[in-house]
Amino acid sequence: MKKRYSVFAIAKEAARHHLGWERAWAAPSPKPKYDAIIVGAGGHGLATAYYLGKNHGLRNVAILEKGWLGGGNTGRNTTIIRSNYLQDPSAAIYEKSRSLYETLSQDLNYNIMFSPRGVIMLAQTQAEIRGYQRTAHANALQGVKTEWIEPRRVKELCPIINLDGPRYPVLGGLYQARGGTARHDAVAWGYARACSDMGMDIIQQCEVTGVSTEAGKVTGVTTTKGDIACDKLGIVVAGHSSALADMAGFRLPIESVALQALVSEPIKPAMDVVIMANTVHGYMSQSDKGEMVIGGGTDGFNNYTQRGSFHHIEETVRALVETFPMISRLKMLRQWGGIVDMTGDRSPIISKTPVGGIFVNCGWGTGGFKAIPGSGWAMAELMAKGEPGPLAAEFTVDRFKVGKFIDESVAAGVAH
Amino acid sequence: MLTLTCPYCGTHADETELAPGGEAHLKRFGPGSSDEDFEDYLFRRANPKGVHFERWRHAYGCGKWFLAARCTTTLEVYGTYPAQTTEPPEHILETIAAKRPGWSWEADT
Repeated sequence: MKKRYSVFAIAKEAARHHLGWERAWAAPSPKPKYDAIIVGAGGHGLATAYYLGKNHGLRNVAILEKGWLGGGNTGRNTTIIRSNYLQDPSAAIYEKSRSLYETLSQDLNYNIMFSPRGVIMLAQTQAEIRGYQRTAHANALQGVKTEWIEPRRVKELCPIINLDGPRYPVLGGLYQARGGTARHDAVAWGYARACSDMGMDIIQQCEVTGVSTEAGKVTGVTTTKGDIACDKLGIVVAGHSSALADMAGFRLPIESVALQALVSEPIKPAMDVVIMANTVHGYMSQSDKGEMVIGGGTDGFNNYTQRGSFHHIEETVRALVETFPMISRLKMLRQWGGIVDMTGDRSPIISKTPVGGIFVNCGWGTGGFKAIPGSGWAMAELMAKGEPGPLAAEFTVDRFKVGKFIDESVAAGVAH
Repeated sequence: MLTLTCPYCGTHADETELAPGGEAHLKRFGPGSSDEDFEDYLFRRANPKGVHFERWRHAYGCGKWFLAARCTTTLEVYGTYPAQTTEPPEHILETIAAKRPGWSWEADT
């Protein structure tokens, strides 16, 4: 059992020059066989492993990661957490996720710095006003606390906003007061520490290069660190889901594109809410370090480069300068891209696959970070029981065949 | 920034001048086809990490659809060609094979 992190632990370590801190998670070599293997040690993969152990008692689990832990989209997003979705299945899983975030620091004994600072999605066209009012009503029925707010209230919550922009004035907003942000790396690290503590093996620098099956059922994986057998395999690799599915011999309704984000130089506290402007396509919040964290657009073409096209930065920043004129002189410090997995209806897939014992959790597209705890919870239930629970039931891959879409592409606009 | 040559006007157009249109050479299925085929046609995609054949439209130019062969990991463009074909032309396949030994075109079934 790892030592607990607490104020007493800090005081104790301070008194002895911080020499007593131990590694947060182990770095084991792979065993020949596991009950379950999760491919992908990002937030979703680690959360899946954590809830497999915590909720279902399955602890002989390995999490394989080709790079480093949390080094994919988990470390590349804009850390926004919200659950103001239109469709019932989405609202259910994202709200489960958001509510798990509320107590995740205590649950994991790891400070993930969840900050429910409030999220406002700006309405800047008449269509958006109607759309967000509809979402607010839907959320009321779903038990998700959101509200429609008028421009004056938007200005109160975010004084640096320009309500009377030249192209798109702010006409109101959909406000979720208990939405916010969290420290993205800490979410991965916290789950990793808890998984390691349960005896699970997190194996980094271990790329899966093949999936072995026998009589339509998975038997193990081939990796850069040798062959590893397993009874169940969970593929939780976001933008690389198609590549893994290809190894297992099936295809997914997924296309991978680059989504980019950027941060400015740090400035003094200027905004304490998250603002999303979907019509002009930009979203912004301020990190604890003072950087303005800005999310931008996705490339329209298939792409595995983790960069993104330059003109999207220009479009995003142009839109945000109109909305927040005070940022016009800010220098941008860093820009990066992540490979996101887009489905046809912009909703995720948590599902069984044509191969027995293989389960996929993918398709979170441009909005996966907020879903990490709920996604892991639902995926763990699916992997443990072999059948989806209520949270995952609607997110099967079969929905594309029967036409039962969870169409958030219309409801959520672009940023999502 | 991605630059493609429009095979109709010969212009070297950067991506702001073009509109992407997804995977090329999909076999169309419509009324009368099986649910599986229709689903595959609408949603299932190769999404390869490597050579990808795709549709583009020269939106702010001649307005015509054309096809391109491109690597999704390096963004290297192997060539562009007119859209009136059901499979990549020989010279494109040769260009790709020369740069990627062992690679071969598989028609999507």
